[in-house]
Amino acid sequence: MSAKGGRLRLDDGLRVASVGLRSRPLRAALSALGIAIGTAAIVGVLGLSASSQAGLIAEINQLGTNMLTVEAGQSFTGGAANLPLEAPARITLLDNVQQVAHTALLKDEKVYRNSMIPAANSRGLEVRATSLNLLSVLNTGVARGDWLNEGTASEPVAVLGSVAARQLGIDRLFPDQRIWLGGQWFNVAGILDPSPLAPAIDASALIGYPAAQKYLGYVSLVRGEENAGPPSTIYVRAATGHEAAVQSLLAQTANPEAPYEVNVSQPSDVLTARAAAAGAFNSLFLGLGVVALIVGAVGVANIMIISVLERRSEIGLRRALGATKNQIRTQFLAESILLAVIGGVVGVLAGAAATAVYASSKGWAIVIPVEASSGGIASAILIGAFAGLMPAVRASRMPPTVALRTV
Amino acid sequence: MSGESVLELEAVTKVYGEEPPVPALRGVSFSVRRGELVAIVGPSGSGKSTLLHVIGTLEPPNSGAVRIGGVEVARLSDRELSQLRAREIGFVFQQFFLAEHATVRENVADGLLYAGVRAAERYRRADEALERVGLSERAKFKPTKISGGERQRVAIARALVGHPSVILADEPTGSLDSATGASIMELIRELNAAGATIVMITHDAGLADQLPRQIRLLDGQVVSDTAKGEAP
Repeated sequence: MSAKGGRLRLDDGLRVASVGLRSRPLRAALSALGIAIGTAAIVGVLGLSASSQAGLIAEINQLGTNMLTVEAGQSFTGGAANLPLEAPARITLLDNVQQVAHTALLKDEKVYRNSMIPAANSRGLEVRATSLNLLSVLNTGVARGDWLNEGTASEPVAVLGSVAARQLGIDRLFPDQRIWLGGQWFNVAGILDPSPLAPAIDASALIGYPAAQKYLGYVSLVRGEENAGPPSTIYVRAATGHEAAVQSLLAQTANPEAPYEVNVSQPSDVLTARAAAAGAFNSLFLGLGVVALIVGAVGVANIMIISVLERRSEIGLRRALGATKNQIRTQFLAESILLAVIGGVVGVLAGAAATAVYASSKGWAIVIPVEASSGGIASAILIGAFAGLMPAVRASRMPPTVALRTV
Repeated sequence: MSGESVLELEAVTKVYGEEPPVPALRGVSFSVRRGELVAIVGPSGSGKSTLLHVIGTLEPPNSGAVRIGGVEVARLSDRELSQLRAREIGFVFQQFFLAEHATVRENVADGLLYAGVRAAERYRRADEALERVGLSERAKFKPTKISGGERQRVAIARALVGHPSVILADEPTGSLDSATGASIMELIRELNAAGATIVMITHDAGLADQLPRQIRLLDGQVVSDTAKGEAP
């Protein structure tokens, strides 16, 4: 007797596998729900972290990844090193350098709301002298008021970084708004937007180099000539695509005599790394998703066991119609997998929808990692197979006569 | 009536349980030729249902031989037995066992599901079988929307659809009122007249008397067989 032709075609197999789901749709929906919730949680968590990361990286790219910073490091003996006064000018001459701005940290000067504040309450704010093109290099704007100009740069006028303004309690500008800076009154001309590429600027009060020289005595002697300076940080915009080449020359150029006393960095790298860390998924929610998946799997297994008991007469009938044990086992296994996959697909869609809604409300790009969606479906298949295996084996081992005896 | 044997039993025994063993069939032998209509009749506990299961290859005997279409079933694997059931045996049950979510036509076509017949052909033959039991106009109905007698006709059509060597009917009128039962008996006789080989199991001696041949069973043994000229 040939057993050929006893195999079901795929469409017949699917129809048979979906008998249980079609005859009891509500039950099928409820048992798929657990898996849907678990999958949705996992896809949502992964999607949201990927989207927020994409959002941060987009923000960083907007700021420009071609900015490099040159800072004074430590001298050979361990003391603080200085950059040469002429370092910015030399860097400007390098190929593929578009713009150079620089600031000088005035270490001994502090800034206060007024003269009555005790000197110790400096709130970590710093005073920096700055070149006038700083904002275009940092890609930062002025939130209120005005930036320094040729005139105000040599007057007792300061512009506050966003953090500094908040710390000093200055959130709007009045014409005679003043701060107590380096033991004298400075007028506040403006407040800056945050500058993610240079967080030090946010916590600073910025004044012009001439003012630093005139009012705070920040000078260095070069060949007997007094000049405001030296700078402590140089911000360099390199031509896009040539950042590495420029970066490799900066230390040498800034301080040819002691290049090892110079620190060169690419702030966008740091920010990108930080974004990657911030984008790392929330393991608590991921854990909850896994727990929901396990509970969902138990639910599917439970439903399948009940289903096998309830459908004894169907099993007996199918055996009488010529189904092999194998076909009965496959039917129930496929039904369980189908149930789980329906849950998985719904979960992936729900997780993706949640990600899309949240990401677009935040203005991020919508990113659903492929691993999240394909992993969601794959784990649903595994769960279905795992949950359905025991009930399916039970169904196939049920003697047809026992199955037919039940009414 | 003459013809080859489609069903042969030789000294078939079936014992249930171990301690104590309960014999259900004790050396049952008979054969059914193509085109016969046979009643197996006996009170409950006489071993009728066990006999049906053994004939239907749903349960193996402890000893003795069962041959269907000349094939000794004891030698077949689960797969081969399943194919034998799919092609050679049609079952009709007292409780009909129809799928409620599927239409009448789909229920009948499912009689060929495991016989390796393509869907289009299954439906074509289902329509043919429904025609034979007089239910063509009910093809699109769900089993829950038709009467008990019609349901049994659907079940009979499902058994017929693969043109099996033998149709095994287990108390086919057991769940029906007497008028409906009579019409089902009428259908069974018609199908037999058209060539189908039918073995019907019943506890109702009056019903069995209407059929050309009766095999009486008592305590797992054949006590009379009208084919051998034994009085019932």
